[in-house]
Amino acid sequence: MKLGKQTYKFERKPIIISGFGVAGPKEGEGNLKDYFDKILEDDRLGEKSYEKAESEMHYFAILSAIKKAGLEVNQIDCMMAGDLLNQIVSSTFSARELEIPYLGLYNACSTFSESLLLASFLISSGNMKYITCSTSSHFSSAERLYRYPLELGTQMTPTAQWTVTGSGCCVLSSSGEGVAIDSATIGKVVDYDITDTNNMGAAMAPACADTIKTHLLETGRNADYYDAIITGDLGIFGSQMLEELLQSDGIDISSRHRDCGKMIFRESQKVKMGGSGAGCSSLVFSTYFLKQFEEGEIKKALFLPTGALMSKDSSLQGETIPAISHAISLIKE
Amino acid sequence: MIDKQEYAKLVKEKSPKSREIKTLFFAFLIGGFICCIGEAVGDITKLIIPEVGKVTEGQITSCVMIFLGSLLTGIGIYDKIGKVAGAGSIVPITGFANSIVSPAMEYNREGVVLGVMSRMFVVAGPIIVSGVLASIFVGLVYWIISLF
Repeated sequence: MKLGKQTYKFERKPIIISGFGVAGPKEGEGNLKDYFDKILEDDRLGEKSYEKAESEMHYFAILSAIKKAGLEVNQIDCMMAGDLLNQIVSSTFSARELEIPYLGLYNACSTFSESLLLASFLISSGNMKYITCSTSSHFSSAERLYRYPLELGTQMTPTAQWTVTGSGCCVLSSSGEGVAIDSATIGKVVDYDITDTNNMGAAMAPACADTIKTHLLETGRNADYYDAIITGDLGIFGSQMLEELLQSDGIDISSRHRDCGKMIFRESQKVKMGGSGAGCSSLVFSTYFLKQFEEGEIKKALFLPTGALMSKDSSLQGETIPAISHAISLIKE
Repeated sequence: MIDKQEYAKLVKEKSPKSREIKTLFFAFLIGGFICCIGEAVGDITKLIIPEVGKVTEGQITSCVMIFLGSLLTGIGIYDKIGKVAGAGSIVPITGFANSIVSPAMEYNREGVVLGVMSRMFVVAGPIIVSGVLASIFVGLVYWIISLF
């Protein structure tokens, strides 16, 4: 059922029946190490390249999430996946191994909520029963694509974030036990004229604020309806900006706002504003937050990872950074 | 919601800033230390070959420093120095070596010709081009002055 312009309420609520997260070695030393299902010892996984390693990690996350749900690979109706590499090769190469009908997605770091959102539509329509939603990112493959060679002796700027090496996958089902997806808000592209690619948090915060506002308005809910408002990788500074933007509209989320990028690393790990990357939100959500739901710590949450939709070339050509955020409303009954 | 202009102001005002004194101090300390090593290499060269001359001494020193920068990049140490030193390890010639060796290492998986050879200069390219242009310009000025 359509509520307003961007929000949809699902009559038949899709259920997240399992989640699995693979984390890199650095992430495995962070705040959430006890929650990850698998921590890699070698971020190359013995592969020839970091791109191959990322793909292998992504494949492993999907396969493990399917197994954890007690399903077989051939029972999955569709696999929705995305990542940050050119032509989303990490997802595509995982799909090549899995042989599941595949829909590749790209919305930068908000791809995970895009996949959950689309999967919810397909499941609530009654056409599909099981769908996997996953994303991945890898520090070393992202670094060479968006920044500099690894061995180049450069410093991170104070507002920069560290790309998370990790992959998370959730299996959605039309029935079963788990967290239900109650409604979803499709985000708009919002550009607040930020050009600094080392300040992604500031570039993405307005898109996130816009989606939160729209979601609350169209569902007729208040921010305190939710126990937690979970963002993906705004980081320390982006989170601060989001709270200030919403504050200017009289919405206070500071007591219930959690950011995956802010949570994943410890301060002593020297990652400046925290973690980022498409794998950041999927990893933390599929492990830590699903556990929080399971333990009853959270009953209702709004989950909205944010994505910065620029490319290396568009930034060089002087374009500003457009951003997007899709929101998923989750309820554990 | 606040508008773009106000937001830009807010971001500028609230963004965490570089700790200048700390970064400048380490850049000075480590950059200076690298230069001291360079001086030492020059002095040692003079001790070994007393008749070396100023030009050759400089050339030998450059070669040794480039070798050291490349070696430290190859064994994965130079980037760690760079994280602390910043410009202190970028500006000396060891930093120039680092800027060529690091992409060469990074892109070896794309093959020798289209990987290593073609992308070796992605970082150092602008430095080489501006260096060549600057020397042409200085050469021209020098030539024009010498006419009078």
